[in-house]
Amino acid sequence: MTRIATATFALLLGACSSTTVVLLPEPDGRKTALTVTDSRGDVVLDQPYAAVRRNALRTEPYASSADAVKRDFGPALAAQPPREKRFTLHFPEGRDEVADESRAELDAALREIAARPVADVLVVGHTDLVGSGPLNDALAKQRADAVRAELVRRGVAADAVQASGRGSREPAVSTAPGVAEPRNRRVEIVVR
Amino acid sequence: MTRARLLALVPLLAAFPLLAAEIGQVKTATGSVVIERAGATTAAKPGVRIETSDVVRTGPDGSVGITMSDNALLSLGPNSVLALDSFAFDTTTYQGKFDATLTKGSLAVVSGKIAKQSPDAMKVRTPASVLGVRGTEFAVKVD
Repeated sequence: MTRIATATFALLLGACSSTTVVLLPEPDGRKTALTVTDSRGDVVLDQPYAAVRRNALRTEPYASSADAVKRDFGPALAAQPPREKRFTLHFPEGRDEVADESRAELDAALREIAARPVADVLVVGHTDLVGSGPLNDALAKQRADAVRAELVRRGVAADAVQASGRGSREPAVSTAPGVAEPRNRRVEIVVR
Repeated sequence: MTRARLLALVPLLAAFPLLAAEIGQVKTATGSVVIERAGATTAAKPGVRIETSDVVRTGPDGSVGITMSDNALLSLGPNSVLALDSFAFDTTTYQGKFDATLTKGSLAVVSGKIAKQSPDAMKVRTPASVLGVRGTEFAVKVD
């Protein structure tokens, strides 16, 4: 009964409301796409400022602009949270202690965390392609846990830091299996 | 939904440890902004955690910015209503699913890891349309 009422309500809303969608340019100029689907089919937006306006009567693709976006979405865009910042720490082979040359990067991450009013922090561990999948999952998590413990010891609120491991799924540098690659043995601190 | 399809969902759900609990955090808020959760309403101040099924509502002077746990950024302009219908994100595999509904107002989105890992795993609905997201920034408005 409730479901029927909700569906009817959605239909009524759909009949009298209109939806406008604008694809925004990426900061790095990367190509992206967005599919807007309604009862009349799909519209693919794949150029910066490509837009579509849809109501019960028509689906109208058009070209929006920076000015129109500012007018229609100014307050929403102004409220956008700050983008994440990433810091990469490296590790000796098979170990979970941060390499000496990465200590400065850890300090920089701590400064960024302190500078944000409500920072939350992700600590993501990675391994190179030496060793088995399960072993690397465990080692990656161990590296992340070690960094998380240091951040907390140095004043970051424990409930603001999450540690996870990605094993060898996301090497920074592609290598053949079994290759010891220092650049892949790392922890990324994501401050957001 | 048939029983076979329901059963097929069981291992999928078990794979998402972050299914419940916190899925995001309010980072910016101005004017009147509330979160509706299980019939109760609380003010959305920076630092407040977001959970699945929360509805975020801004007043005539309100705007709010939320960072989701997959790094997606959602921000609402004034007089907006956004329901966070479902959210699941596996921090090891980056597999997940994200459904939100904008029933009115304006929303700016920077998609996160879920949309990057699996095209169309993130969907934003409006009363008239469904938006399938493929690693992108966009804005949507319902009037």
